[in-house]
Amino acid sequence: MKLFYDFHLHSCLSPCGDDDAFPTVMAGMAKAAGLDAAALSDHNSSRNCRAFLKACGVYGLAGLPAMELTSAEEAHILCLLPSPEAADEWEKYVRERQLFVENRPEIFGRQLVMDENDEVTDTEPRLLITAASIGVYEVSALVSSLGGIAIPAHIDRSAFSLLSNLGAFDETMGFPVVELSAAADPARMAALCPALKGVPYIVDSDAHRPCDIPDAAHTLEADGPEPEAIIRALREGRGLRRL
Amino acid sequence: MKTNEVAGALGLTCLNAPAEEREVTGGYAGDLLSWVIGRAEPGCAWMTIMSNVNVAAVAVMADVSMIVLAEDVRPDETLLRKAQENGLGLYISPMGAYELSWRLHELLS
Repeated sequence: MKLFYDFHLHSCLSPCGDDDAFPTVMAGMAKAAGLDAAALSDHNSSRNCRAFLKACGVYGLAGLPAMELTSAEEAHILCLLPSPEAADEWEKYVRERQLFVENRPEIFGRQLVMDENDEVTDTEPRLLITAASIGVYEVSALVSSLGGIAIPAHIDRSAFSLLSNLGAFDETMGFPVVELSAAADPARMAALCPALKGVPYIVDSDAHRPCDIPDAAHTLEADGPEPEAIIRALREGRGLRRL
Repeated sequence: MKTNEVAGALGLTCLNAPAEEREVTGGYAGDLLSWVIGRAEPGCAWMTIMSNVNVAAVAVMADVSMIVLAEDVRPDETLLRKAQENGLGLYISPMGAYELSWRLHELLS
């Protein structure tokens, strides 16, 4: 089945996320944008994913728990997981490898944990944007071992991307698919980095506010709307364009 | 040595003068923001080639005395605006981080 997707949404848990970006609201706006599948990928945490997934269930949207990992090289890596339990396990792994710096909300913004009733249940004290000591050559295997998939995020951007920070894409990193931002020129990316030629890509919004989720435009071909089926489709690049 | 004295001695171009001149107590050269947050000492001059808005947030967080953009790197508009809003000393130099660090070290020794 063809699914319109956006796998890169933030909520109010991300320091740079809008305080109005309740996980439930992001799910609702994703549905309103015409999406069939969506993932909530806050920086280095999936603590708002349960509320997001419950709302996805209410709206009839295929939801995936996710996280936007800051690798040791400060490259952002989108990690999609098959279940909240797998996401918890991944978060625990990341947390143990992240430098603890206390967030200063006046500088970076608040980091709100919310439930499905739009109640703030906690404020995350750990500054979420700092790097974890997990390298780009190991993250794919680690996330795969939990049944998920790791995808280098917005590789066309000049900051916090695999190409901006490492200057290279190498197939031994094990990433089966890469993410571009909506502004990217796929032909230019392939010309810039020949190793990317033929690699399937997804296009996500990286929306930090409910109003930033664009109308559905990008699709993949999956056996079903279950997280496992979507992750399998991504791994095989089914229905995706290639660089 | 104060920020304006360091800037003068190293021939830095000032893009935004700090709200108040501060004592420069040392230096830190690095571009991975997490490392700067975790390792840079308060009061140090930070040499970097990063030029996006996060540099301002990290500079406030790490409480550095001045930001020096090496290799003639130009700040993006939002970084410049944030530096102005937060009263951060933002400077630019054609020198690389190595040369800047070496000269700063000689200056402060």
